Amino acid sequence: MGTGGVAAGGSEVMDAFRKQLRGKGIRADIKKHCSVHRVGCRGLCARDVLVDVISNDRKTTYQYIRPEMVEKIVTEHIIGGKPVQDWVVSEDYHKFHDKQIKVVLSDCGIVDPEDIDSYISVGGYEALKKVLSTMTPMVIIDTIKKSGLRGRGGAGFPTGVKWEICNKEVSPQKYIICNADEGDPGAFMDRSVIEGNPHAVIEGMIIGAYAIGADKGYVYIRAEYPLAVERLKNALKQARANNFLGKKILGKDFSFDIKIKLGAGAFVCGEETALIASIEGQRGMPRAKPPFPVYKGLWGKPTVINNVETLANVPYIVRKGADWYSSFGTEKSKGTKVFALTGKIRNSGLIEVPMGIPLREIIYDIGGGIENNKKFKAVQTGGPSGGCITADMLDIKVDFESLASVGSIVGSGGMVVLDENDCMVNIAKFFLQFTQSESCGKCVPCRIGTKRLLEILDRITSGKGREGDIELLEDLAGDIKATSLCGLGQTAPNPILSTIKYFRDEYESHITKKKCPAGVCRDLLSYMVLAEFCKGCGMCKKVCPAGAITGERKETHKIDPDLCVKCGACFEACKFKAIGKG
Amino acid sequence: MEKILEKICTDYEKHEGNIISLLQNIQNEFGYIPEDAVIWFSRKLDIPASRFFGIVTFYAQFHLTPRGENIITTCCGTACHVKGSERLINGLLKELSLPEGESTTPDKEFTLERVNCVGACSIAPVVIINDKVHGKMSADNLMKEVKKLKESGIEK
Repeated sequence: MGTGGVAAGGSEVMDAFRKQLRGKGIRADIKKHCSVHRVGCRGLCARDVLVDVISNDRKTTYQYIRPEMVEKIVTEHIIGGKPVQDWVVSEDYHKFHDKQIKVVLSDCGIVDPEDIDSYISVGGYEALKKVLSTMTPMVIIDTIKKSGLRGRGGAGFPTGVKWEICNKEVSPQKYIICNADEGDPGAFMDRSVIEGNPHAVIEGMIIGAYAIGADKGYVYIRAEYPLAVERLKNALKQARANNFLGKKILGKDFSFDIKIKLGAGAFVCGEETALIASIEGQRGMPRAKPPFPVYKGLWGKPTVINNVETLANVPYIVRKGADWYSSFGTEKSKGTKVFALTGKIRNSGLIEVPMGIPLREIIYDIGGGIENNKKFKAVQTGGPSGGCITADMLDIKVDFESLASVGSIVGSGGMVVLDENDCMVNIAKFFLQFTQSESCGKCVPCRIGTKRLLEILDRITSGKGREGDIELLEDLAGDIKATSLCGLGQTAPNPILSTIKYFRDEYESHITKKKCPAGVCRDLLSYMVLAEFCKGCGMCKKVCPAGAITGERKETHKIDPDLCVKCGACFEACKFKAIGKG
Repeated sequence: MEKILEKICTDYEKHEGNIISLLQNIQNEFGYIPEDAVIWFSRKLDIPASRFFGIVTFYAQFHLTPRGENIITTCCGTACHVKGSERLINGLLKELSLPEGESTTPDKEFTLERVNCVGACSIAPVVIINDKVHGKMSADNLMKEVKKLKESGIEK
C-alpha cells in the first residue's frame, strides 16, 4: 500500500477482500501486498491495483482491480478454484519482469513493510547477525569494496572506499546519514524502497555504522513522503524492540541508534554539505569541499552519507557475497540499479535492471513501448542534472560511464520517456525553472546565471528569440558549470546543453520560424476548427475554459482567437480530430 | 498562544535545540508561522529573529500567512509536467479566481500549492486534495472535486 497504490484504491480493495472473506466464513491468510506492488516495488504501477491470489502454490496476478470486483474473485477463484481469466494480467506483464534482476527490490512485494517478522522470515537481519558475530569492520569494508557497489544517489562514488576513509578517521564521535531527500522530479525509487522494505535500509545502516564506528545515525527524509516516514518510524520502533538498534546490539559491544530528520522542502538539501547544515538546523546551503564530510561532517565530526538504495543493497551483499553481487553489471558499474520509468511509456513503474542493459530493452521490452503508439523521441535521465538520450542512441548501455559519454547521467534513477508531442525547448525550460527556483542563492554563477538562462529560454519559447541566443545559452552554460559551488549549479545547465546538442533544429525553429514543431509552446500556437471533420457535437465548447468556442449543435464550431487561452482542452476532447493546431 | 509556545519551547530544549524542528512544531500547531511566535522565541532564546525568518523563507515547507481550509497541491514533477499539470493549474486558478500572485483565496477556503514531485509519477498527473492523492487527474474531474468542496464549505 504505497502512495501510488493508495491513490489507485489499494486500501479499499484490501478492505473489500477482508470483508468478503470474513463474510464467506473463510479463514484465509491474505498475503498483504503492502508496499509492494502498490508502491511500485513489484513495478507495474500503471496497472494498479494489482492483487495476487496464491492458492495451492499457484500464484495468479490480477490487474486493475476495484473493490466491486473482489466478490467475484473470492467466489470463483478462492472458493471455486477457478481464476477469473478476464482480469488476470496479460502476457506483457510477465515480459515486464523477465529482463529485470531484483536485489534491492527482491523482497519488496513479498514482505509486509509494517511487520519486522515478515522481513526476518525471508532472511532479514541475518546479515547483521553475521557481521556482528563473524566479521570485523575491515572485513565488511573489503566485502563492499570487492562487490563494486557504487553510490546510487547520483555521483557513483565507491561505497567501500567511503567507509574505509571514515573508518580510518580517529574521532570519539562519528555519524552515518541515510540520504532519503529524493528531490529529483520524476524519481521515486527511494520512496518505494522505504515504503516497500524499510528494514533493509535500516539493516544496511546498522552494518555501515559498525563498519565505520558510528554510534548515531540519521535518516534525512522528505516531508512530502508521509507514508514512507510513517513506515520508517514504525520499522525503527520494531528494530529497537528486537535489539537490532539500541545499546549492546545482540549482546555485542556495539551500540547504535537512528533518528529521523524531516526535510523541509529544499531540493539543494540532497547535496551532502547542505543536508548536514539542514540537520544542524540551519539554512540548507552547501559549503565548499574539501573538507569532505567523511573528514568533517555533521557537527564537524567524520560522517558517511549514503543514499537509500545504496544502503538497501548492503544486507544482500553481506548475505550472498561480493562475488554474487559483482556478477551483475559491467566492468566498472557493478550490480543492479533501480529506475523509475515514467512519462509517455506504456508500462510505467519501478524497475530494477543489471547495470549495462541496453536502453532499448528497458523502453521496449520492460516498458512495453510508447503510450498510444506515438513515436519515441527521447529519454530524459538524471532529472534536472541530466540530459537526453535520443532515438538513434537507443542501443547504448545503461551504466555510469556510457551515459556520461553522451552527456547524460544515471543520476538517482529517474527515466522520463518523451514522445513526438514533447517540445525539447519546453523540457529544458521546465528543468531550468526548477533549478532556478531551487538554487540556494549562495554563489553568484548559480543564483544569477540560472536566472539569465531561464530568461533566454522564456524569450525563445514565447516567440521573442533572437539570433545568437543558442550560442549565448551555450556560452553561459559553460561558465555556470565551471564556476558554481555545488552539484546543483554545476549540473543545472546540462538539460540545456544536451537538448541543444541533439535537438538544435527545434531551438532554431522557435527562434527563426517562431514555430514550436511539437505544438507545445503556447505563444507559438493557434487552435482552429477543421470544418471538414467537425460534427458539431459541442464537446469542445463544453470543455473550453475560456468560452472561446461558439457554434450551434450539428453545425461547424468556431474558435475566437482573441478569447482562446490555448490550453488545448478542445484538442484533447474532440473525438473527431477536428481541432487543428499550428 | 503563550501556553502552546511554552510547550514547544520545552520540547525544543529536549531535542538538541534545532530551529527547523522548532519551526515545524510551530507550524503543526498553528498551520503557519505567526510572526508573533517568532518574536516570542527570538526574545526567549536570545536568537535574532532574522535567523528564524532566514530559515522560514529558505524552506518551501514553511508559510508565513494562514492557509486555506482546503489545500490543493498540484504536482509539477517531470512526469506530471509532460502529462499536462500546467493545464490543471490554469484550470484551478480560474475556478478559484485566485488573485495574481496569491495562493490562498480571500475567503480562506482554498490554498493552491505546487510541489516539485510527490513521487507517484506512474499515475501522473497527480493532485493532492486535503492529503488524499488523486492520480491520473483530468481537468474535468478536478473541477468536480473542487465544486464538491465548495458546496460542503457553503453547508458548513
